[in-house]
Amino acid sequence: MEMPKPSRFVLSKKDQIVAALLAVLPEDAVISDPMETQAYECDALTAYRCPPMVAVLPRTTQEVSEVLKICHAEGVPVVPRGSGTSLAGGALPTADAVILGVSRMNKVLETDYENRFIRVQSGRTNLSVSGAVEDEDFFYAPDPSSQLACAIAGNIAMNSGGAHCLKYGVTTNNLMGVTMVLMDGTIIEIGGAHLDAPDLDLLGVVCGSEGQLGVVTEATLRILAKPEGARPVLIGFDSNAVAGACVADIIKAGVLPVAIEFMDRPIIEICENFAKAGYPQCEALLIVEVEGSEEEIQDQLDRISQIAKSHNPVELRQSSSDAESAAIWLGRKSAFGAVGQVADYMCLDGTIPVSELPAVLKGIEDLSEKYGLRVGNVFHAGDGNMHPLIMFDANKPGDLELCEAMGADILRLCVAHGGCLTGEHGVGIEKRDLMTDQYSEIDLEAQMAIKDVFDPKWLLNPAKVFPLSVSQDRREVRS
Amino acid sequence: MSAQIVNPSNEEELVDYVKAAQSPFAIAGGQTKSAPDADVAVSSSEIKGIDVYEPGALTLVAKAGTPIEDIEATLASEGQRLAFEPGDMRGLLKTKGTPTLGGVMASNASGPRRIQTGAARDHLLGVRFVDGLGNVIENGGRVMKNVTGYDLVKLLAGSRGTLGFLTRLSLKVLPVPETSLTLRIEAPNAEIGVKVLSAALGSPYDVTGAAWVGGESFVRIEGFEGSVNYRANRLESELGQFGDVSKHQTENIWRNIRDAEPFHKIEGDVWRISVKPSDGPKVLSALPGQGFLDWGGGLVWVCVPPKTDVRGILDQITGHATLIRGQGHGPTLNPATSDTKIILNGIRHKFDPRSVFSAPQAVNP
Repeated sequence: MEMPKPSRFVLSKKDQIVAALLAVLPEDAVISDPMETQAYECDALTAYRCPPMVAVLPRTTQEVSEVLKICHAEGVPVVPRGSGTSLAGGALPTADAVILGVSRMNKVLETDYENRFIRVQSGRTNLSVSGAVEDEDFFYAPDPSSQLACAIAGNIAMNSGGAHCLKYGVTTNNLMGVTMVLMDGTIIEIGGAHLDAPDLDLLGVVCGSEGQLGVVTEATLRILAKPEGARPVLIGFDSNAVAGACVADIIKAGVLPVAIEFMDRPIIEICENFAKAGYPQCEALLIVEVEGSEEEIQDQLDRISQIAKSHNPVELRQSSSDAESAAIWLGRKSAFGAVGQVADYMCLDGTIPVSELPAVLKGIEDLSEKYGLRVGNVFHAGDGNMHPLIMFDANKPGDLELCEAMGADILRLCVAHGGCLTGEHGVGIEKRDLMTDQYSEIDLEAQMAIKDVFDPKWLLNPAKVFPLSVSQDRREVRS
Repeated sequence: MSAQIVNPSNEEELVDYVKAAQSPFAIAGGQTKSAPDADVAVSSSEIKGIDVYEPGALTLVAKAGTPIEDIEATLASEGQRLAFEPGDMRGLLKTKGTPTLGGVMASNASGPRRIQTGAARDHLLGVRFVDGLGNVIENGGRVMKNVTGYDLVKLLAGSRGTLGFLTRLSLKVLPVPETSLTLRIEAPNAEIGVKVLSAALGSPYDVTGAAWVGGESFVRIEGFEGSVNYRANRLESELGQFGDVSKHQTENIWRNIRDAEPFHKIEGDVWRISVKPSDGPKVLSALPGQGFLDWGGGLVWVCVPPKTDVRGILDQITGHATLIRGQGHGPTLNPATSDTKIILNGIRHKFDPRSVFSAPQAVNP
């Protein structure tokens, strides 16, 4: 992965920059010893590493503003970092960068049940937002798998989704407002406890901008009353195509489940060996979860089972208790860990129109044969968000490169079928060079024009999202 | 002033027009809003038609000039709909014309269900548009989840023709529920009204409409019949503490709220004000004239004497106010703070450096 050459000029000023940062931050908030900055060398995309020049851990919006003013004046790139759980390399540093970690900014600032929102500092973890309101039977809906660790800041940067977004939407549909610091240190407020934008929807474009437009320090999030209950049904099929058709029929029938999860044979086998969840051995498994009161749940599960039966399932198991629900979810929830036990793997998240599921799964199978690497598919079928897991051996020379090449082909396949490169993980550095497969130069120019306005010197989160060749002119202006 | 209307028959002709334009023009959809304050209006009405409709994927792709009623009829044939309930302002504005998909999305027009299912922008999956230089730009796509690059889709939704001329849009659509029930709860004043609505919206019963009009709160539940009855009964007993509750099977009340029907036959400036729901009653009591509340109290509709300084009066309340009808005080849209204005103007300049998109109603002074 090509990264821009670090600026020797910036590196030569390190001592001066550290001194300036120490003048506005407490001593424990500035990390400049190379032994310690190493802790920030990568995020969850561990294949790529580069320790930053300095890391800072501010505690307030004002401190973030002071840091950015200094970096702006000195021309130092800044890489914002939530909890470092990005699977796309969204928080990968450059050697001349300051990592701006928001992990110490984790306070709840306001909870308002009457108006159904919570305002938090952006370093707060996703799950602990729900934790802060659960005593009142409320929750925050977006639920990425990393929710125990991932920060709201990162969720906003990547517009994160999760298993339950079929019903509740992704981050952008649940975000009401932000306090954001621009690269020059200006603090702006966008949105708040009221709905919709007075003018252009800046919140909409900030969400999902991968930390390249500003550093979000506080967020106002919509909270919802918890449903009375939830239960899944497990349905097995003898072909991916039939499972795909069943998904479409469920959606068409007007039942709106909170989640429809799909697993194919390789994943079913690996999960079963690992978790012993009692899954049937078949070509495709669906887990469909619905919510409501006991009667409402039963009614919806019956409707879904009725639809499933018209597709001749090889297994159909409605959960009738919490224990049975847990058993059904056990395999799915341990999928990533289970695959990790048998191989190194790369997780993609291309999204496709639901109707294209069978064709894309077949295409992935063909690519698997062509490249000689195993692939398992486990994904959110209701919204077409695929998660192909390509298995490889990191110790075998050339295997990582083979895996990356195959991953790129799978994503191109998704685009060719009317889909996109990434549904919820973000572009980061991982999919940066594939952007031209989905967008024309003019399309990308329009996106980069937004960055020009927010961050004219192109200092924030450099070398992400846009192919280096496409963004070269703009980055050169900086140096 | 009546503008000359230009009707490009397809996107190519539109691009040629934009590239050749020497002076500003307005963008017109179905001309249901007030007449554009420009010499020329370029209309999308010939750039129409549904390109893709996949009921099983809940997606529809159509050109911008497609009448909303055509889209709704197509969706209805498969038991689906636009869940965000776009309003029809013709009755309020005394205009004719036909609401179009492009117009609805360019104004991010959302009705009562916005509180539960999201705004128009939340149902827009992809856009194709022509910028002020005549470039054809695409963003987003036709899938439900998409974080590939910056989300210009949200930026174009509600941009009111100032960033680009929308030509094609992909939408998320949803099934029409089996049944719908509305609870009416006596609530003599807006404060009690919003308390009722907050209690309903803070329950797990998935309320899809929450309004206060003329001394009553209205709460809508939708879904399968058994489920609707169950939730309506639960809400009836929980909301009974506030006043008498009755149940009705009507959609009329929601159409009237959506289209600001209470103001169709009275004179005055009409404003649409978005605030924190518990501030809704404060807004109503601070302003002269008449009003009602949607979105659980968070959307205030008022009809006030002409030229009332609504923003001045509401100075201490956070939110934003949009002038929908009349020649009121200041610009149509809420003026931005100076730091935000730099960004807004910067973005407009990038997408329309020659300022050919004349949309006086939308622009900050």
